[in-house]
Amino acid sequence: MHYVAVSLGLLLIGTAGLLLRRNIVIILMSIELILNAVNLNLVAFARHHGNAAGQVFALFVIAVAVAEAAVGLGILLALYRNRETVQVDEIDLLKW
Amino acid sequence: MSHFYTDVDHFALLPVILLALFGCAVFLFDFLLGERSRRWQLALVLPGLALTGWQLTRQGEIAPFTAFHGALTIDAFGLFFNWLFLVTAGLVALLSYRYLEVEQEHQGEYYGLVLMAQAGAYFLAVGTELITIFVGLETMSISFYVLAGFLRRSRRSNEAALKYLLLGAFSSGLLAYGFSLLYGLAGSTYFGDIAAAVAARPAFDPLTVLAILTVSAGILFKIAAAPFHMWAPDVYEGAPTAVTAYLAVGSKLGSLALLLRLFLGPLGAAREAWEPLLIVAAVVSLTVGNLAALTQSNVKRLLAYSSIAHAGYLLLGVVAGNATGWRGVAVYAAAYALMTLGAFAVLLAVHGEEMTDLNGLARRHPATAAVMVLFLVSLAGLPPTAGFVGKYYIFLALIEAGRYGLAVVGAVYVAVALFYYFRVVRSMFLTPGAAAAGPVAGLSAGVRVALGVTGVLTLGAGVYPEPLLQWAVRAVLK
Repeated sequence: MHYVAVSLGLLLIGTAGLLLRRNIVIILMSIELILNAVNLNLVAFARHHGNAAGQVFALFVIAVAVAEAAVGLGILLALYRNRETVQVDEIDLLKW
Repeated sequence: MSHFYTDVDHFALLPVILLALFGCAVFLFDFLLGERSRRWQLALVLPGLALTGWQLTRQGEIAPFTAFHGALTIDAFGLFFNWLFLVTAGLVALLSYRYLEVEQEHQGEYYGLVLMAQAGAYFLAVGTELITIFVGLETMSISFYVLAGFLRRSRRSNEAALKYLLLGAFSSGLLAYGFSLLYGLAGSTYFGDIAAAVAARPAFDPLTVLAILTVSAGILFKIAAAPFHMWAPDVYEGAPTAVTAYLAVGSKLGSLALLLRLFLGPLGAAREAWEPLLIVAAVVSLTVGNLAALTQSNVKRLLAYSSIAHAGYLLLGVVAGNATGWRGVAVYAAAYALMTLGAFAVLLAVHGEEMTDLNGLARRHPATAAVMVLFLVSLAGLPPTAGFVGKYYIFLALIEAGRYGLAVVGAVYVAVALFYYFRVVRSMFLTPGAAAAGPVAGLSAGVRVALGVTGVLTLGAGVYPEPLLQWAVRAVLK
C-alpha cells in the first residue's frame, strides 16, 4: 500500500508540473514522472502478486515513454526552428 | 507454428502484419526512390488496405474467436470498428494526395504513418488485455502526433502537434496509471481476470474508484469529451486538414471502441461508480460543444466543437445501457465517420477552412455545395440521413431506460446545433463569393471519390438504414 501512496504522489507532482510549469522541456519531464509512477505501481504489484506480467508491462511503458520523448523533442525542435521559444505561454497562435 | 504462436494467433494478427508491412514498404520506397516514389505511394497504400480488408472478411467467416490466450478477441464488435477504421484510412489516403502536393509536403512517411495509426487502432477494437491495448493506443497516438505536425514549415501545424503531444501524452499517462491499478486489483492483465476481481470488490472500493477515475479521464481526453476537450479545437484547426479528418474519425472511434470494451467488460460490475462520471461528461460535452460552436468563424474549429458534442451523444448511448443504446452507439459511430469525413472532404475540395472560403460555393460549384448540405443535415441529425438514424436510436434508448431528462437535454441541443450548421449553409448559398475565392472546378479524382462514397452512404443509410442496423445489432458486445 505504501508503494501506491508514493506512486500517487509522483502522479500528482507530475500533473502539477504539467499544469504549472511554462518550459516545454520541463513539461516533458513531468510526463516522464507520471509514467514512472505507473512503473513503480506495476513493479510493486508484480512483486505483491508474484507474477511477471507487471514487470513486462513496465518494460513496455518504458519503451513507449522513449518513443513519446523522441517524437516530443522532434516536434519541439521543429517548433523552435520556426518560433525560437520553448515557453508554452509564447506559443499562442491558436487560441489555447 | 510453435506452441507460443499458433495458426489462430497468426490469423488474428494478419491484418496488423499487413498494415505494418505495407507501412514499412512506404517508408522504404520513399527512402530509396525519393521524389520518384510519389506516384507509387498510393499504389502501395490502397492494395495494402484492400488486402487488410480481405483478411477482415476471412476473420468474419469464423468470428468470434480468441487468440494469444485471450489477449485478442476477434468478434463482430471488433470487426465492425475495424471496417470503419479501414474505410476511414482509405478515404483519408485518397483525400491527402492533392492536398500534400499543394502544401508541398509530399513525403512518403505520411502514408506510412496513416497505415501505422490504423495498425494501432486495430488493437483498440479487438484487444482484451491491458498491455496489448496500451501498446496499440500508443502506436496510434504517436503516429497522430507526427501527422498533426506534418506541415513542418507551418507554425500553426507545429503548435497543433505540440499541444496534441503534451496533452495526449498526459492522458496516456493517466490511462496507464489506471491500467496499473487494474493490474494491481487482479494480479493479471487479462480482461476476464480483471472482471472477476472488480466484481469481487465492494461497490465504491477506493482502489477501484481511483482506477476508474484515471482510466475515464484518459479515455475522455482521447475521445475529446468535456471537461477534457480543450486540446481538440486547437489541434483540429492547426493540423493539416486531411489529418484533422483522420484524427476526428480514427482517433475518436478507436478510443470509443476502447471505452466500450473496457467499461462494458472488466469494469461492467462497477457500473454505479462510472455511470455518474459519464453522465456528467456527456452533458458538459453537449453544452460546451454546441454553445462554443455558435460563434466560430473557422469551419475546422466549428467541426471540432461539433465533434465534442457528438462525443456527448455517443456517451449518452453508453449511459442508456440497454440493447437499443449499444445499437445506437454503433450506428452513430458509423454515421459520424461518414459525415465528418465528408465535411472535411468539402473543405479539402475548396482548399480553405474559414467560413468565408465557402462563400458563394453554391454558385461556383453547386454539386459540392449540395453534398455539404447533406453532411450538415446529417451532422445536425435530421432525416433522411445517417446522422438522424444514429440520434433516433440514442434517444429511443434513453427513453426506454427511463432517462427522460437526458433525452430532453439531447433534443434541445439538436436545435442549437441546427443554428450553427445553418450558418455554414447560409455562407454557401446566400453570401456572394469573392472573385478571388479559389476555384473548385478541378476537383482531384481522390476528392471526387471520397465525396461520392461518403455522400451516397450518408444518404443511403438514412433512406434505407436496414443493412446498417442489422450489422450494428450483430456488433453488440455480449
